Amino acid sequence: MPVQDLEKKFQEKIDNEVKIEPKDWMPEAYRKTNLRQISQHAHSEVVGMLPEGNWITRAPSLKRKAILLAKVQDEAGHGLYLYSAAETLGMGRDEMINDLHSGKAKYSSIFNYPTLTWADIGAIGWLVDGAAIMNQVMLTRTSYGPYARAMVRICKEESFHQRQGFESLLVLSRGSKEQKEMCQDAINRWWWPALMMFGPKDSESSHSEQSMLWKIKRKSNDELRQNFVDMIAEQVKVLGMTLPDPDLKWNEQRKHYDFGEINWEEFWNVVKGNGPCNKQRLDARRKAHDEGKWVREAALAYAAKKAAERKDAA
Amino acid sequence: MNLIRKFYYGDIPDEKAGGNEISKSSQSQPDEKSWPLWEVFIRSKQGLDHKHCGSLHAADAQMAIENARDVYTRRMEGVSIWVVESKYITASNPEEAGELYEPAKDKVYRHPTFYNLPDEVNHM
Ligand SMILES: [Fe+2]
Ligand SMILES: [Fe+2]
Repeated sequence: MPVQDLEKKFQEKIDNEVKIEPKDWMPEAYRKTNLRQISQHAHSEVVGMLPEGNWITRAPSLKRKAILLAKVQDEAGHGLYLYSAAETLGMGRDEMINDLHSGKAKYSSIFNYPTLTWADIGAIGWLVDGAAIMNQVMLTRTSYGPYARAMVRICKEESFHQRQGFESLLVLSRGSKEQKEMCQDAINRWWWPALMMFGPKDSESSHSEQSMLWKIKRKSNDELRQNFVDMIAEQVKVLGMTLPDPDLKWNEQRKHYDFGEINWEEFWNVVKGNGPCNKQRLDARRKAHDEGKWVREAALAYAAKKAAERKDAA
Repeated sequence: MNLIRKFYYGDIPDEKAGGNEISKSSQSQPDEKSWPLWEVFIRSKQGLDHKHCGSLHAADAQMAIENARDVYTRRMEGVSIWVVESKYITASNPEEAGELYEPAKDKVYRHPTFYNLPDEVNHM
């Protein structure tokens, strides 16, 4: 079949909401875009464990420690679901991990910000996981089957992440003066980076149509960001806290919250590697990988030995 | 074809990236053999079929089961796990879908609704 016909049939499937599966014909650019996006998403889950891992040993109670451990373990699982999905597009796990460690592949910039106080853990659950959920709920309907299925699994686990974060802040917001201040400070520091998670403004990204046409994405950056602002602007009232944006105001005509301009210079700076923790995060990943080398090798040697023993016994 | 220039969460294109130094030490050496890939099937409840739920890497079958337990049954999603090395799965080819499945299309008499029975006949 000529390529044009294949492309036409492919687009028809997408238009009819038929999922694309690994062995189906797909345009090379579709495969590449998905591969890049899914692997970057996987890297984000994995690197995302680092800022939170920072507080596991210092969680204020056994209960909070168990919760945080469970959440971080979930994120490791999310990374794995996504790496598996990406592998169906023809790239090996090792290669993806090499690309992360070499700096070639990206991960979400949000994880290049530091976790300075315990309240940051609550703020991450509420705001960072909250922003991720908006994106991930949309992605449960993405056109590539393995990606969509990974997202369904992930979304089931995410709402616990956001709720535990909010509840943790709620406790602080009803606590001592110092706890209240800590809560507000964490919100102040995480708010803008969380808004940046949705990416540049729609008007700044002109060649976007293909991704929408292929239904890899179904909502624009600005749409998702607006939904997020509307949700958080209400929830923050329950905490009795404020968002650090003097321009945040309900717009009765639009039926949405208006909000201030994001600092895009900071956004691109962090993407390019100059955020507060970029180096630290990658160093931690590389160190873990290098120090795990002997474990990976020993497991293979043990498996080979066991297999040989079974052969002898047979 | 236009390459996508819209940056969503988790989708920063390569040419917009940069800055990070390349470290040689953490590149898996080509001689480092990787753990094989396994497909995981979970029985969610006694009495139901095992259902494919994903894949993972593990050095051997035992480790594959233990990893599957940690990754896919953290919230009591399963009571039994099967693992099989991915290389042993043979899959049908989507390009042959026509030959494989179309012959079933014109055999409507295989469905109960093909048969018109008098109203007096109940429960059939
Ligand atoms: Fe996650
Ligand atoms: Fe999460």
